[in-house]
Amino acid sequence: MAQFRYVNELNSLLNVDGPITKGPTPRWQRKGIENNTSSTNLSLNSSKHRSNSSINNSKTPTKSSGGADVIRSKKTPGKTPSKSKSPGRSTTPTPNKANANKTPGGGDRFIPSRSATNFDLGHFKIVQNDENDSPNKQDLQRAMCENLHGNDIQNQRILSYQKKAPAAPEGFQNPMRVLYTQAKTPASARACNRYIPQAPDRILDAPDIIDDYYLNLMDWGANNILAAALGSHVYLWNAGTGKIEELLEMTGNDYICSLAWIQEGDYLAVGTTSGTTELWDCSKNKRLRIMDGHSARIGSLSWNSYILTSGSRSGQIIHHDVRQREHIVSTLSGHTQEVCGLKWSTDGRFLASGGNDNVLNIWPAVSNGHHTQNQPLFSFTAHQAAVKALAWCPWQPQILASGGGTADRHIRLWNINTGSCANAIDTKSQVCGLLWSTNYKELISGHGFANNQLIIWKYPGMTKVTELTGHTARVLHLAMSPDGSTVLSAGADETLRLWKCFVKNPVKIKEDKTKSKPSVLNTCIR
Amino acid sequence: MTAVEQKNKSAITLKGSSQIICEYLDYGINSILYQRGLYPPESFKTTENYGLTILMSQDNKIKEFLSTTLNQLKEWLVQRIVTKVALVITNVKTVEVMERWDFIVEYEGDTSQGNEQTSSKPLKQIKNEIRDVLKQIASSVAYLPLLDCLCSFDIQIYTKNDVVLPDEWADAQPANVKNAQSVKMRSFSTNIHKMETVVIYKNDE
Repeated sequence: MAQFRYVNELNSLLNVDGPITKGPTPRWQRKGIENNTSSTNLSLNSSKHRSNSSINNSKTPTKSSGGADVIRSKKTPGKTPSKSKSPGRSTTPTPNKANANKTPGGGDRFIPSRSATNFDLGHFKIVQNDENDSPNKQDLQRAMCENLHGNDIQNQRILSYQKKAPAAPEGFQNPMRVLYTQAKTPASARACNRYIPQAPDRILDAPDIIDDYYLNLMDWGANNILAAALGSHVYLWNAGTGKIEELLEMTGNDYICSLAWIQEGDYLAVGTTSGTTELWDCSKNKRLRIMDGHSARIGSLSWNSYILTSGSRSGQIIHHDVRQREHIVSTLSGHTQEVCGLKWSTDGRFLASGGNDNVLNIWPAVSNGHHTQNQPLFSFTAHQAAVKALAWCPWQPQILASGGGTADRHIRLWNINTGSCANAIDTKSQVCGLLWSTNYKELISGHGFANNQLIIWKYPGMTKVTELTGHTARVLHLAMSPDGSTVLSAGADETLRLWKCFVKNPVKIKEDKTKSKPSVLNTCIR
Repeated sequence: MTAVEQKNKSAITLKGSSQIICEYLDYGINSILYQRGLYPPESFKTTENYGLTILMSQDNKIKEFLSTTLNQLKEWLVQRIVTKVALVITNVKTVEVMERWDFIVEYEGDTSQGNEQTSSKPLKQIKNEIRDVLKQIASSVAYLPLLDCLCSFDIQIYTKNDVVLPDEWADAQPANVKNAQSVKMRSFSTNIHKMETVVIYKNDE
């Protein structure tokens, strides 16, 4: 009896998640004590007895004589059931019995005979759970073990080399923190010597813009018209007059995946989910032709004179000659996954393509045409994520800037003449868009989480000029006005923001004008 | 590539297959250490393999630990007694298991041939399969929670019972992640070994 209680106490001390024994005593203990003191009134005296019993319980662990018995009894729990019968209890009549006598017939109440129940043993058996598991439970444990570890834990060993690898130096912080927190990194200390408005010049609504990193839904043409694809619609926003008109609407579940203006003129290429490329004359709002060839959606488009190059989800790139009936000039298969970035260089000598397979390919143009050869000149794998943001330098035609997705976060500058990576900067956020300024030796990048900002970088040092914040969700696309003064950013927060961040310095323009004039003026004065 | 492979170019031997598995683990584990931000990014250098650019740790102690472990693993792979390799990432201070990467090994083909077993699967195809897995590992940062504490890693090799314990190796306790969530990556196979990659991470929500 005492030894069982001692083991119970020990187990309950060791088992944090076991049944509570420190709190109010279990009902069966209370009952036992009440019976021992042969009280008949249960409810009134129970509280008094409870305090008694708790004192008794707290004393028992200090008994040292039971120690040897405990160990023995633990090993052979089944052999001593007869001993554990409480001797005191069996003799005293329980109040329940008295009640049963008073109500003959019994009713439907089940009145257990407590004298015959070995509570101590029962409790001991419940608490002691190691070896007495039912076969079902063992089976379950083994099955779970097999699921968790791929093998029966009994038949396998887990081994590890004892000379462990060192942990990172003390005080080191996980650099991936940038992906999860909104800590604002200060711009470089060197202030820029021109004024950049920190707030957008205008904000336009872009309802239903598809939040998909792999699409290219904005393009600002040389005619100063911005084409924007919102879901299944294409809208044209005339930046000069502010007029908005709807160009087209897709039917069914189809939506627009990419847009590209021809270099000069009013022709707009539209890539769709069904894998067709449509050609629209926007001066007449008329569709000119539909070109097929792809098996999956067309997420990227780029023009080079009369060649329209389209990149598809299947990883294929097709050159279309828009003048000919048989429009497919050639098909390039340099990507294994969706082509999300596609840009012809400013001089039309190279095509850069970036894919979801983290590869950036550079294709050289054929010597007497506007399409490219079938083998890439370079295949760069340095990016650790999808390459969407691509931009060719307007004043150094061999320089290409590329930006990677969430797992990469780098802007890389490539020299295509040598095939080398000239510079790489960790931007600490996914790079969704890249543009070179035509007015300054700078480039601007659009980012995602955490700050959803635009960053202006000085070329070639790649120091931060400033950060433009405002978008409440990631910046999906960037486009630049034909005069190079304004950058449009399309965010997943369904807004288009226009930033006048590359406005030419008016003083400088004046200086340029007066510089050219003085000679005339001077001669006049003389 | 091992000498055996070069001798018989069309076939991959059991040894060669083990070598491929270990090579994959080397690149995969390094990539995880980099992508999960366990060590300063300056201590990694880029290497090209599988048509990918992979960041490999330049820390001598980490390199030594990995090479010793993987060399031992290679022996056990040849003996076909490994069932799983686990990369366990633990919090240094609280010793809590933060994340576990399971590389589950299955033995394919006619294992009755013993050491003579060969596979005719083209190496290029295997490398492409490995490339796809490594890409998935690299992009896993997009959904895995931040390891916002000083972490260390360990490699546990799950073997069958009949293994001779080499020097400096010992039994370890299974590392379980509390409130776990798991994501299965692609698998690849050499037709001798099949490898499945699973990441188990703590779900805070």
